[in-house]
Amino acid sequence: MENMKLSCTAVTKINKICEEHGNNPGELINILHKSQNELGYLPHEVQELIAKNLNVPVNRVNGVVSFYAFFTEKPKGKYPISVCLGTACYVRGAEKLIDEVKKNLNIEVGQTTADGVFSLDCLRCVGACGLAPVMIIGGKVYGNVDPKNVRSILEGIDTSAK
Amino acid sequence: MEQNKINITIDNRPFSVKKGTTILDAAKANGIEIPTLCHINLKGTCVDNHPASCRICVVEVGGRRNLAPACATVCTEGMEVRTNSIRVLKARKTILELILSNHPNDCLVCPKSGNCELQALAQKLKIHETPYADGERSKHEVESSVSIVRDMNKCILCRRCETMCNDVQTVGAIGAINRGFITTVAPAFGQKLSESECTYCGQCVAVCPVGALTERDNTGKLIDDLSDPNKIVVVQTAPAVRVAIGEEFGYPAGTIVTGKLVTALKQLGFKYVFDTNFAADLTIMEEGSELLDRLSRFLGGDKSVPLPILTSCCPAWVNFFERQFPDMLNIPSTARSPQQMFGSIAKTYWAEKMGVPREKIVVVSIMPCLAKKYECGRDEFKVDGNPDVDYSLSTRELAAFIKQANINFNSLEDSEFDSPLGASTGAAAIFGATGGVMEAALRTAYELYTGKTLEKIDFTEVRGLEGVRQATINLNGFELKIGIAHGLGYARRMLEDIRHGKSEYHAIEIMACPGGCIGGGGQPLHHGKMETINARHKAIYEEDKNMPLRKSHENPYIQQLYEEFLGKPLGEKAHKLLHTHYFSKQ
Repeated sequence: MENMKLSCTAVTKINKICEEHGNNPGELINILHKSQNELGYLPHEVQELIAKNLNVPVNRVNGVVSFYAFFTEKPKGKYPISVCLGTACYVRGAEKLIDEVKKNLNIEVGQTTADGVFSLDCLRCVGACGLAPVMIIGGKVYGNVDPKNVRSILEGIDTSAK
Repeated sequence: MEQNKINITIDNRPFSVKKGTTILDAAKANGIEIPTLCHINLKGTCVDNHPASCRICVVEVGGRRNLAPACATVCTEGMEVRTNSIRVLKARKTILELILSNHPNDCLVCPKSGNCELQALAQKLKIHETPYADGERSKHEVESSVSIVRDMNKCILCRRCETMCNDVQTVGAIGAINRGFITTVAPAFGQKLSESECTYCGQCVAVCPVGALTERDNTGKLIDDLSDPNKIVVVQTAPAVRVAIGEEFGYPAGTIVTGKLVTALKQLGFKYVFDTNFAADLTIMEEGSELLDRLSRFLGGDKSVPLPILTSCCPAWVNFFERQFPDMLNIPSTARSPQQMFGSIAKTYWAEKMGVPREKIVVVSIMPCLAKKYECGRDEFKVDGNPDVDYSLSTRELAAFIKQANINFNSLEDSEFDSPLGASTGAAAIFGATGGVMEAALRTAYELYTGKTLEKIDFTEVRGLEGVRQATINLNGFELKIGIAHGLGYARRMLEDIRHGKSEYHAIEIMACPGGCIGGGGQPLHHGKMETINARHKAIYEEDKNMPLRKSHENPYIQQLYEEFLGKPLGEKAHKLLHTHYFSKQ
């Protein structure tokens, strides 16, 4: 691992997670879950390290990471934005919400703003269809969102708070 | 009624089949060919892919609501199967139309045209329009590596290549990444093959049903060189080519067409038609001597001698251990592969004899292999930037070139290889099959070690197509234990045993491709027919039996080469020209 760009602490953490799961390839998804919780995302180096620990080809790890929408290879913003594209939200204009967020933050779906504050993703149904259309920002759910209010919602978030 | 048999009907005909048989196999055994795309199973090897993902093999099963994939559905007592009902025929056609909806319609200019399983199926099912073809298509960049060209726009996600790379070869270079419409089979992170673990064994190409994975074509380069009056273009042909290339001209698999092959090469304009088999005999001289050298030092009490010795003829295998076992680079023989030995000798010994500078000579090789294309370009096989072997063409490329040049292969008279680099023995002929290198080495090592004449030339115990084979040979009372593996998955097991000190062998032969070079990634496509590999295998030993000389050290031209030029095996000159070293690529 000469060209490892990960910090030593990150390597130690990932190694520990793999060990807790017995370096068992069958535990790959659980290991990826915990690793992403720990680091916020799963960069190539982490996938390579996990593949090495589990003694599986890195393409197997990458295949799982790239298959599940939950896993991300890029760092998310401090306030990840998820717009629900479930059926109810969709028919109530969720796509317009996405367009508004894109316009306001100048990013595409799957991207993070240059200052690392916001990132934008879509998801399918958060189980709050009665509030459609729904978006989640940094864990907080906003319901019945009018596209016209997106700007003020974003501006209302105190991005300086820890 | 036998206990392990069950009764079924297929298309209203009653059959009795073994318990556990799939509908596909049951139908096939009784002469009913259900079409398939993703399925491939080389019986008797570990090559088996039946993800039931393409759904082309769907059949109707009495009492079952939906259609069943024949490749993955096991027969049960009393089962009534229909492979050609209206419902099945309609569904199969729709399935194929849907596959074609995300496949480019560029058959006219596709390198796989005429040899494509998807194209053949579209013909068989009489697809004359593509009703779903107006939608979006997935877009992937085409990658052209030194050996393999990947055009994933043509991929139908059958996963055969993934099975070969991961389960059979255990290389793990490619696998499915991403999801849904953008799914593709690629190295991790969408990297290039050259950045991955790929060994260029070409087994992915050998099984790809469509034009997604093909070889890097060097025919254009060759035509340029052949028409350049300032160049002397010489060719060498590998042992496995002559038992397979006939298939491209309608001969049954296993037809030996050596004489016609030589004539065709002469008609194409090669100044000299030589034989890799000559270099195979040379390889045995060096590798056999190295085995005896290590062995006698070991028996003399030097426990630091690395044993077992591993063969090093196969470039995909060399790539494999350089990438995956970099801690064991001292174990394989340092002998270069026959292709490289040939190039080295052609551009030194032969060039001197002819009085021409090496830069004027173009050495082309015809190989059953795609990794050989990569091997020619390795830096250690160049002298001041000039490669010993300029480039390599696969068996398939040569066959296509012969057709392109209006040569009627089937009506050609036989001719002989040119002298002196065209003479060879039966020991060289068997290099093309798994176990052949070891058998050839044993024939020579036995006589050199014991000083006795080997009476029983055929070492039948090392022949066959089982993944791992072993034998014990008595050398003047010393029990020489040898192992043979083909397919990199089996090679991995051998290497792991050595790493953990569990290997009892003194010498091991490894070939990357299942079957050895006869099953190489550059050979005429077997389309999943194990009979084809078996027939080539038989032909290799037939070719050996027909040779007047069958031991490498008896080749008079090899003897002459050592007398005039090289000195002795493992000597200084031999070491410089015929041996190499390995690099960690982790």
